[in-house]
Amino acid sequence: MSETALHQAVTGGQDKEYLSFVLGDEHYALDITTVKEIRGYEQVTKIANAPAFIKGVINLRGDIVPIVDLRIKFNVGEATYNDFTIVIMLNIQERIVGIVVDGVSDVIRLSEEQVLPPPEFGVAFDSRYLHGLADVDENMVILVNIESLITSEELGLVAPESVKDDA
Amino acid sequence: MSIDIEQFHSVFFDESDEHLDDMEQLLMSLDVESPDPEELNSIFRAAHSIKGGSGIFGFDALMNLTHVMENLLDKARNNELNVTADIVNVLLETLDVLKDTLNAYRDETEIPQESIDERINILNGVINGQPTDADSIGNNEAPEVSASAQSESEQDDSFGFFDNEITQANDNSDDGFGFFDDEPVSGQLDENKQDNDDGFGFFDDVPETADQNCGEKPLLSQQNDGGFGFFDEEETSNNSTASHAVKSEAANAESTKKEESQGFGFFEDVPSASNINTALNKSSDSNAENVSGRPNSTTATNDGQATKNGAVPTPAKQAAKPSAKKSTARESASIRVDTTKIDAMVNLVGELVITQSMLSMIGQDVEGQVGERLQLAIDELQRNTREIQESVMSMRMLPLTATFNRFPRLVRDLAGKLGKQVELVLQGGSTEIDKSLIEKIVDPLTHLVRNSIDHGIEMPERRAASGKPEKGTVILSAEQKGGSIIISIIDDGGGLHRDKILAKARSNGLAVSDDMPDSEVWQLIFQPGFSTAEAITDVSGRGVGMDVVRRNIESIGGRIDIESSAGEGSAFFIHLPLTLAIVDGMCVSVGKQIFVIPLLNIIESFQPTKQQLKTLGNDTVLYIRDQYWPLVPLYDFMEVEGAALSPTEGIVVLLESSKKRFGILVDALVGQQQVVIKSLEEHYRKVAGIAGATIMGDGKVALIIDADSIATTYTSSQIEELLS
Repeated sequence: MSETALHQAVTGGQDKEYLSFVLGDEHYALDITTVKEIRGYEQVTKIANAPAFIKGVINLRGDIVPIVDLRIKFNVGEATYNDFTIVIMLNIQERIVGIVVDGVSDVIRLSEEQVLPPPEFGVAFDSRYLHGLADVDENMVILVNIESLITSEELGLVAPESVKDDA
Repeated sequence: MSIDIEQFHSVFFDESDEHLDDMEQLLMSLDVESPDPEELNSIFRAAHSIKGGSGIFGFDALMNLTHVMENLLDKARNNELNVTADIVNVLLETLDVLKDTLNAYRDETEIPQESIDERINILNGVINGQPTDADSIGNNEAPEVSASAQSESEQDDSFGFFDNEITQANDNSDDGFGFFDDEPVSGQLDENKQDNDDGFGFFDDVPETADQNCGEKPLLSQQNDGGFGFFDEEETSNNSTASHAVKSEAANAESTKKEESQGFGFFEDVPSASNINTALNKSSDSNAENVSGRPNSTTATNDGQATKNGAVPTPAKQAAKPSAKKSTARESASIRVDTTKIDAMVNLVGELVITQSMLSMIGQDVEGQVGERLQLAIDELQRNTREIQESVMSMRMLPLTATFNRFPRLVRDLAGKLGKQVELVLQGGSTEIDKSLIEKIVDPLTHLVRNSIDHGIEMPERRAASGKPEKGTVILSAEQKGGSIIISIIDDGGGLHRDKILAKARSNGLAVSDDMPDSEVWQLIFQPGFSTAEAITDVSGRGVGMDVVRRNIESIGGRIDIESSAGEGSAFFIHLPLTLAIVDGMCVSVGKQIFVIPLLNIIESFQPTKQQLKTLGNDTVLYIRDQYWPLVPLYDFMEVEGAALSPTEGIVVLLESSKKRFGILVDALVGQQQVVIKSLEEHYRKVAGIAGATIMGDGKVALIIDADSIATTYTSSQIEELLS
């Protein structure tokens, strides 16, 4: 979080930078300070008894890192894997997690005013993981609250007790 | 300027921590009735070092308090103040405040100024309030010591010898002049105190004080023998196989020191009173030689020192000269290294092992003469890597002594608070264990020891009524057994109450039955929210502990077993792996995936014939060696596709976990390899049946099988029956 604070200090305003990415036909974005690196999809080692959206683990320079396919989790697009499939490595609460997306598009800068609240009902997307919506170049960008998504019990990436420890 | 100084802060904090620990140990071992001037000096020096350092760095609160403490200690060592049990208590409490203050400076939090001021007042009160009595130190009868303090001092004695041995061993081994230090120690016998001034005087005393001894050796050496003999006797009483020589020394000790013989009396009683101790005997027999060998050798060095001492008459006053011998000796023997550096090295060596196995895989593909030469070089590399790995791992290994040494204080405070009489016996402190394990074992151990004292040991009256000695014993011991370390906490208290536990389990809604075996009943206390204590004390009884204890131990790959017998005591055995980082494993393939099975668990592997496979309902069981074994198909358990489905096409690996034996079905054996265990939990979470992951030669991740966890999680009705 200090990086965000630093960033705000540097840019002198409420602007925050987001990394936007594509899942199926939809545009998503997440807080860029959580991004560690972006890399191509590589073969994973499957883990037993894990939900379908957890593809498995990979070796990230000696760290064993889980890979989550957000397309399966959000049920958008088709979960295909080819040379163009992208993995965004995130660093959240000292943990590294990779998320599979169809493509990474841009770094966008948004002020708090540009972030609009989602409709109050009629949307199945869990509002806990939704930071807001924004309009960028006539496209609606869904701002994901990636930290609460990754640490959520629903995703099962983090054992419940260690979440408490971190908090 | 200030930046320059700040870089030394962490060194100062580390050193001060050490000084505080030293002071605590010395205070704990201090014989209040005839305090050893050298020990007082050591305590004084430690306080002085902290004062000096904190003055330089401007930690005023720390300096002010240590200054007053130093004044008190100065008076004590100059015989201007009688050290009493009360004063020792005050000093111990002051150490606690110093620790808090030090931590406050380290964490840059608020300085506990109030308690510092309070401490300074109390200390000043002690300094001014006590009449100074210049010539009392030698024959200090300490009449104001109350009955309870008496018992404390006895307790101190027994630990004192343990501690003394270590301090002396340190001093003597590194320092030619160390024998000066020995003299005051020997002077712990009151009647010989005056003779300290004259080295030759000892000889005169020989026939009077030690009838049983032929008097050929100088008395000093007997005293030393006696002192260490006492330590040996600890082992003797637990190991019936110990040598006669040790026993005679022990007898010697009995005749020379009454307090010690009280200690013996206790030990002699233990084996008859407790079944638990038989269990301990069994376990410590295995390394009896090891354990009893060490104290003996120490005795030998002290013999030599003592004889020297007798031959060279040295006035005891010389011993009182303060010096920095101890600290310089320690510095030359070791280097302080940041643990992150060692961890980084361990990681690098892990990578090196991976690279090495990568090379050997490539090497196998190279043919011809070059291939042979390459193979030779790779073999050499393999040997070297293994050696590097071993030496790096040994850097992380630390003796448990430092961990164990915090317990005498804990036990003393706790026993005092609860009004119980408890003697703590420490064994096998020299057992080495991975540093990361040490850090994680402290809390569970503390909890278990507290439990033993709070719940285990009964009040003195009750003990007397049930024919036990009033003073309870808690034995804390460690030993290495094969690839694991076993730490046991054994008490001779009331034991676990089977009925109470069962009743509590029922009221907590757990499924239990009256004819459950004891071992399963005891495991119930690890359930969350489980406490059978009638009243919640501030020590324990809230039931938040045992599940955390078990979770902590399991998180470092260990397990905990309980043995208990009503009215005779209970024993907790913590089994820990030697190290967390590396395991010898057998790589097996299932479908396209590779799994690693720790060699430790493997009994054998073979291709099963049709005759060896039987069906039970829908499940296949193995019939081999006249026994039926459960068979777990790994592809099923690990949800792997594309594996050989028929057992006759695959390989069966027979596994033995801590409690159960079973076979697992894999496609093929790939090869044996040392693998570096990487945590899955660091970025993911614990997965049933998997102990961790490792990175193979090709950079892919392979999962390491956890046999214990497979045995407990793989559920199939028939297999359940077979396992039970």
